[in-house]
Parts: sequence; C-alpha cells; structure tokens
Amino acid sequence: MQSVIGWIKAVDGVDLTIHQGKTLGLVGESGCGKSTIGRLILKLLEPDEGRVMYHGQDMSGLSDEAMKPLRKEMQIIFQDPYGSLNPRMTVGQSIEEGLRTVGMKGHGERKKKVAHLLEMVRLRPEAAAFYPHQFSGGQRQRIGIARALGVDPSLIICDEPVSALDVSIQSQIINLLKELQNQLGLSYLFISHDLNVVGYLSDTIAVMYLGHIMEYAPAEVFYDNPLHPYTLALLSAIPSSEPGDRHTLPSLAGDVPSPFNPPPGCKFQGRCPLVEDRCRKEEISLYPVRAEHLVRCWKVIGD
Amino acid sequence: MKKTDTHTLHKETGLEEGPLPPKESRTQEFWRLLRKNRLALAGLIIFVFFFSIALAGLVLTSGNKPVFDPAMVRLQEKLRPPLSHPHLEAISSEETPTLGIYLCGTDDLGRDVFSRMLQGAWVSLTVGFVAVGIAVLIGIVLGGISGYFGRNPVRVDHILVACIVFVGAGLLIGGVFLAGVGLLCIGCAYVLFQRWWKKVGGQSATPLIRLFSAETFSVDTLIMRLVDIMLCFPVFFLILTVVALLPASMYNIMIVIGLTSWMGTTRFVRAELLSLREQDFVTAAKALGVSDWRIIFRHMIPNAMAPVLVSATIGIASAILIEAGLSFLGFGVPPPHATWGNVLSDGKRFIFDAPWLTFIPGFAILIVVLAFNLFGEGLRDILNPKLRERY
Amino acid sequence: MLSVQDLKIYFIGDRSVARALDGASYEVRTGETVCLVGESGCGKTVSALAILGIVPQPPGKVMGGKVLLDGQNLLDLDEEEMQQVRGKRIAMVFQEPMTSLNPVFTIEDQISEAIMVHEKAGANEIRKRCIQLLRDVGIPSPEERLKDYPHQLSGGQRQRVMIAMALACNPDVMIADEPTTALDVTVQAQILRLFQELQQTKRMSLLYITHDLGVVANIADRIYVMYAGIIVEQGDTSHIFQDSRHPYTQGLLASLPSRTKRGGALHSIPGLVPDPSDKPLGCPFHPRCSFAVKSCKIKFPEMYDYGEGHVSRCPVLYNKK
Repeated sequence: MQSVIGWIKAVDGVDLTIHQGKTLGLVGESGCGKSTIGRLILKLLEPDEGRVMYHGQDMSGLSDEAMKPLRKEMQIIFQDPYGSLNPRMTVGQSIEEGLRTVGMKGHGERKKKVAHLLEMVRLRPEAAAFYPHQFSGGQRQRIGIARALGVDPSLIICDEPVSALDVSIQSQIINLLKELQNQLGLSYLFISHDLNVVGYLSDTIAVMYLGHIMEYAPAEVFYDNPLHPYTLALLSAIPSSEPGDRHTLPSLAGDVPSPFNPPPGCKFQGRCPLVEDRCRKEEISLYPVRAEHLVRCWKVIGD
Repeated sequence: MKKTDTHTLHKETGLEEGPLPPKESRTQEFWRLLRKNRLALAGLIIFVFFFSIALAGLVLTSGNKPVFDPAMVRLQEKLRPPLSHPHLEAISSEETPTLGIYLCGTDDLGRDVFSRMLQGAWVSLTVGFVAVGIAVLIGIVLGGISGYFGRNPVRVDHILVACIVFVGAGLLIGGVFLAGVGLLCIGCAYVLFQRWWKKVGGQSATPLIRLFSAETFSVDTLIMRLVDIMLCFPVFFLILTVVALLPASMYNIMIVIGLTSWMGTTRFVRAELLSLREQDFVTAAKALGVSDWRIIFRHMIPNAMAPVLVSATIGIASAILIEAGLSFLGFGVPPPHATWGNVLSDGKRFIFDAPWLTFIPGFAILIVVLAFNLFGEGLRDILNPKLRERY
Repeated sequence: MLSVQDLKIYFIGDRSVARALDGASYEVRTGETVCLVGESGCGKTVSALAILGIVPQPPGKVMGGKVLLDGQNLLDLDEEEMQQVRGKRIAMVFQEPMTSLNPVFTIEDQISEAIMVHEKAGANEIRKRCIQLLRDVGIPSPEERLKDYPHQLSGGQRQRVMIAMALACNPDVMIADEPTTALDVTVQAQILRLFQELQQTKRMSLLYITHDLGVVANIADRIYVMYAGIIVEQGDTSHIFQDSRHPYTQGLLASLPSRTKRGGALHSIPGLVPDPSDKPLGCPFHPRCSFAVKSCKIKFPEMYDYGEGHVSRCPVLYNKK
C-alpha cells in the first residue's frame, strides 16, 4: 500500500503549441519539468489534469488500442547515448523493433529499410550487424535517430540529444537534425538547458521554471527582447565565447529549487531580483505582451 | 584480422566514418576474460570433463549387456579395495570386471564401484541441470512480471478467479472431473468477460462490480511475499516430505528441487528489471509501440541474465548436493539405480573396513561442486559490466 | 610555478597500448588562470591526475617527461613525499559533486579531514577554520551547514564544499577538472564567479580543465588546446579566440552553435576523435583536417611560433601567413 507524502507538480498548467515542420525549443534547468513534458506528450506518463491534443484530437481518453497508430506519429531521442540502445541487441535489431510494430512483415523488407535508415543518418549500412558498445557516443545518437525515423513520425521529441556529446560531434548531430527536418518536414520539440543550441535550432522558444512556462516567444524576439527576469538571468549566465565579452559574470543567487511542494504564487519568487509581495500571493498566467510573445510576470506586463 | 583503413573519410559519399572493425565481439571478449581467470577456467574444464564422463557413463552402463555393469552382484567379491585384481577362480567369466581390475573397488554386494560411479554421474548431472532449469524458468517469469508490472494492482476479482482456477485444477488432477472442469470453465468465462468489458470501455456502476474491481495489493507485493513464504520453509525438509509422499523417481526429485529453488532467481531478475525499467532503451521501445510482453522477454530479460547465470551455475552444484543428500538418506532415486549419494550411503556402515566407498563418491562430489562454484564465481566477475571497456 | 614537460602516459592493455598523453607540455605561472581545453579522450584529465601522481599505475605507465613544481620533478617523488604535496601545494576539484563527497560523513568531518591531513590543530581551531572556509566559498549560514550530510545540499553547494576542501591548506595551485559541467547554468555562473574571486584574494594559480569554450573565454588568462594527447595550440585568450592558427581550434570555434548562426549550416569537423590506441601517423588531426597536405600524413608537426606566446602545431597554416 502506498501513502502519499506530498505532491511534485512537475508540470503545472503548461500550454505549448508546436507547428508542423518547425522546432519549439524548451529551455530550463534541472527539475523544471521539461523532460516530463516530453514523456507526457508521448503518453508514456499520464497527466493528472489537462489534455494533450494532437492534430486537434484529445489523446487523454484513448485506450491502448487507439493509441497505437498515434504512437508512430511521435517519437523520442534521448540524452544518454549509452543507455538509449539495448546492449544485447544489434543496431539493426533495435531499429527493426519499430518496423515490426508498424507491421512490416518481411525479413528482407525490414533489412532494406534498416539499411536505408542508417544511410539517412550517415552511417554505413553494415553497421546494422554490430552492437552498440562498438560505436562512439555520436554514432549511437545517430542510431537512435534512425530508430525514431523508422516508424515515419511527424514529431520528434529531442530530450537533450546533444548535451552528452563533445562539441565537434554536437555540431554534426545538430546539422543532421536540421537536414532531416528540411528533408522530411519533421517537427521537433527540442528540450535542452543549452541556450546556444536552442537559439541556433529553434523557431520558437519556451522557458520553463518549476513546472511553469515563464516566457514564450519566436526565436528572434526571444534574443532581441527577452522580458522575463529568469530569461534575462539565463541569458546572462551563459558564458559567451564571443570576443570582447569577457566580464565578471553576473549571477542569480540561490540554487535551483526542488519541485517538491512549490510555493504559491509565482514560482520564481525564491530567486527573482524583482520580487515583491504580490508575487508571493497571486497566481499569474501567461500574458501576451505582443503577438506570439507571452510572459508570466507582473512587472513586465505592467499590470 | 583484416585491417580496414580506419582513418579514411568517405568524403565522396559524405558518409561518416563507419564503425571500426569489431575489435572483438562479445563472445570473443568473454573467452578472453575467461582465459585470464585461471580458477574459472579450471572450473569450466572440470565441468566439461564431468559432462563427458556422465555421457559416457550413460552409454556405457545402460542396456542389457552394458560395457560397465553397475548392477552385477558378486557376493564373493565384496569389499574389494580399488585397483585390486579379481579372484578369477571365484567368479564366472561374465562376472569379470571389464578392465580386468576393480578400478574403484567393490561395495558390500560385490558391485563394481567404478561402474556405479559412472551411472551415478549421469543422474547427478541431469538432476542438477533439470532442477536448475525449472527454477530458472519460474524465476525469470515471476521476476519478470514482478519487476515490470510490479506497480499494477491485483484486484479482488483477480484473486477470486485465481482461487477458482486453482481449486478447479486441483480437483481435476485429483479425479473429480465434473466439478473441476466446471470451475475451470467459470474461471475462463470470467476472464473472457473481463476482456470484452474492457475493450468495450464499459463503466462500472453497481456496488458488486465495484467490489470486484477494488484494488488490493500490488503484483510486486504478491510475488515477493510468495518468495518470502517459500523462503521460510526449511527447503531440505520440504523436499524430504514431498519426496516421501510421492512415488520415488528421478523425475519427481528433479521437479521438487526445481520448485523449491526459484526464489533467488526471482529476486535477481526483479532487481535487474527494476533498474532496467528506467533505462532509455526501454522507454524507446514503449514509444515505438512494442508490446509489454515483448519488452520484458525480448528487450529486458537478456540484459538481466548475468546474475541469473551465476546463480544457476552455483545452483547446479547445490542441486547435486541435495540429490546426494536425499540419496544418502534413502529418499533419492530408488535402487538398484546408482547415484553418488547411494554409493555413499551404502558405504557408511563400512567406513573403517572399506573407506573407499566413502571417499571416492565424496571426493567426486567435492570436485564437481567445487568446479561449478569456481566457474560461477568466475562468471560473476566476467559478466560484471563495470569491468568491461567503455568507449 | 607548475610546469608539465613533454609528458607521456600510456595505458597498457591486453591487446593494445592506449597513448593517452603523447608528449604534452604546459605550464601554469604564479597567480594566473590557465585553461586546458579539449574534448573527451584528449588526455586532459589524465595529465591532471599525473600531476598529482594518482594515475593508476597498472595499467597506466609514465613513459617520459617531467612534472615540475617550483623546479622539483614530482614524478621522482615517492608516495610519502607526494602525500605532502597533495592538498598542501596542489589541490584538485573534481567533476561530479554528487559523488565526490562521502555520503556517510558530515561536511564538518570531511573538511576537517582535509585540514588534519597536513596540519595539526585543536578541535576548536579546526572548527573555526571550517566555518571560515565555508564562508569563503559563499555558503550562507556556515555554522549550520557543518552538521549537514552531502545529500542535504544541492549540487552547487556540494561543489562549493569540494572547493572549500581543496582550499583547506592554502595550496599554491588548484586544478579544477570540469567542475561545473554537471551543474545547471545559473549555478555554473556562480561557481565561475567564485573561482575568479578566490583567485584574486588568494593569489592562487588555477589550472582549469574543460571542454566548454564559453567558460574558457571568460576566465582564462592563457589557453592550451589539446587533441589526442598533445597540445596543438597555446596562447592568450585573445589570440585563441580572435586569431586561432590551428585547424582544430578553428573548427571547434566554428562549430559552436549560437543564435547568430541561425539559418546557416553549422560548421562541423567531420570524422571522429582517434582512438588512443590507434592514432594516425604524422599529425593526429590530419584525417579530419581540411588543410591537410601530403606531409601531414608522415611528419609529426613541430610547434610554430607566432610571437607573444602564441604557438601552434600546424605547418600548413604557418606557411600560409
């Protein structure tokens, strides 16, 4: 028997829209709930409240049977290139699992598709016979992408896919993702804590903190005119390698909070330099400051 | 080994550098590590030796006119020491031992101990492997269910149906046909009804249905408490009791030992699955839409086999010991079939007069059990993923 | 102050020898911050471990070179003498604050131990120093934090405790091996600021090992870029970022994503970092290098001097200027 000792509101009232063929970047630090959103969308977790709508259809009421065709529409690639592939199955077998569920019966047919997928991610087709431990991190990430592409999805949740990779490999994978998006018209939900990568890839950006979206804007607007105090803090905390930018790094005081028992009111009250009484008491929702640019902050909206 | 040029870039095709030629496959790595661990290697060699002797023994001691006859009684030649020559005047030509001497002596009925040992080897081997095979099978299934579905609750109607089915099966075996079949039918009908109800998406309204759907404990709790209960029994006495009640045969013994030693495997498998469940490749499989059963048995269990293999190897040793113990106490395979425990048992009255009757089977058991234990421990080291190279 | 000269460390395996460090040289002068930049597998961590003498000796083996601390070769010292150096003259902060602290001892226990290894003092004195150290690294209410266990602290706080332990005996040199990689970005900014402050107040030399070029740009006085066990370029921060002269450095800088590069293709260095046991002949970077010529496959490149301490190991770019 379980006893409930408290609630972790991992994701609390999140509204997100991902447009076809575009990338939505989801940024936040650890514990903000960004990974949870990815899994909620894939229905790997059930929301306690609210709905996930796909192409206008509500996914929450669906039984397992009805979910099956939808599953193929959305796939996920992971952060850890070591844990994301089954060490006891060859690369080809891992990719084939998806093909099986799509109903591809013939052994030869599947093999051909596997070879094709591997070529799409710039690996030699012979790679299918090898085991994951024989590949490098970047190659394994490519294999993960090939596996996701196998079922022909329209949306791919990218859960920090380049965070664990070296810089020179990161750019290879980022380029690959962009290429595939152009080629296949994929939509991405790109989850990351790295604003540089997100800034390069995303069309729209959302910033999360303790389960809430704090700011949501198209990419250019986001960098040209960031409004929320947390966004400003994040942007200034990134050590920039642009020349002449060397300075004493301004810092946000305090630590990233635990999602356990969050305070009422604005979730950022613990570390916000602009906090006042009102922030601690009243809940605030995302407010459109201008078209497509939403912020969750009294100070910014100007009441 | 063919050395491909690992430093060439496929600038023309734009392909990334492919995988390096397999430095070594998993099997090759396994053999290399095994060779490094001398004790484990010794254990494996002894096991292979033992296996061949058992096979040879089976062939050589069965049939009407076996090459080595374990059952031939020669009362005039009783208690002859090992490597002694037979008294050719006292026995007939067909009673002469095959090799001309009694390799391991004779027992108190004049039977050739060497032949009996050969015959017994096969019994020990079979009992060991089959018993452990049963235990591992049960352990994997129960551990798999407990590890993967552990959080799912067991409902009241599940319990009712399970009871009905068990009682029905029991009655059926016991001979009460009608009632047994009847109960089984009720059980199956209910299960089918439930499935249909779920598919249709029906809602439960009446209090009776709600009672039936009430959740009790979780699957994990059920299976783990079952394990705890089984562990409470002094296993050897349980086996003794069951064996005493059932008709004596090798198969009964194997099954009983198997049915009482699955607990460890269940725990191992469950523990491995609990940690594997959080791994990304399992999430990926779920996202691809792979069915739960396929995820457990095709994706996760192969990764959980390391501790199972280790405990299986050591389990074989333990099963051999149990069988020897049972035979020693007289509850094992019935005579005249020889087992090492039998030979030991027969010799217990003559420890001082014919010590070889105790030492030879005792020593054989010791060597085999030791070999398995060493090999099992070596396997544990080899299969330890932390010791494996990582890219 | 601290000088690594032509250090070679190989790892001898059953079937192959991994040449983790293949003749790397760098130095850290008094009071400066030197960054050692490179990707995984380039040997930067191994060199730090070698300075402290904690490379596991089988399978690792020092095949050549020197590590000079104020002129004395640390590689010549035996274990007892090295223990006098570790913590007291050179201290190290590691990457994973989650696992670097012992979970069953309090913060006070662990910092006290760091002090007591090298100095004898009474319990009160030690306690006061612990509190002062915690204050130095910016932990609020240090007296209360002393009794805490590591799991009660956040990642950023744990890293600060690690830094406090490293500072306990006022070392001359601090080596930090990717100390902020596992931390969130806002916490990372705090820790970087802490390093900057500490360096100024304590006049310490800081050897900062990282793969993050952004961090390097902000805190380094001088930079060494490592690849496949050797230094390929070194110089002041401005030299490296504004005028790099090695194809690898240039490639790294060009492949950093940023919002300014939106819309265009991101440069990427093709291929993979070579396996340390299977390095190419000649320049280790040549298979991935767009400037490579025939001689790059055969001849191991020398260092070419561009003046003001800016040196690079690429003959092709040197000849191009």
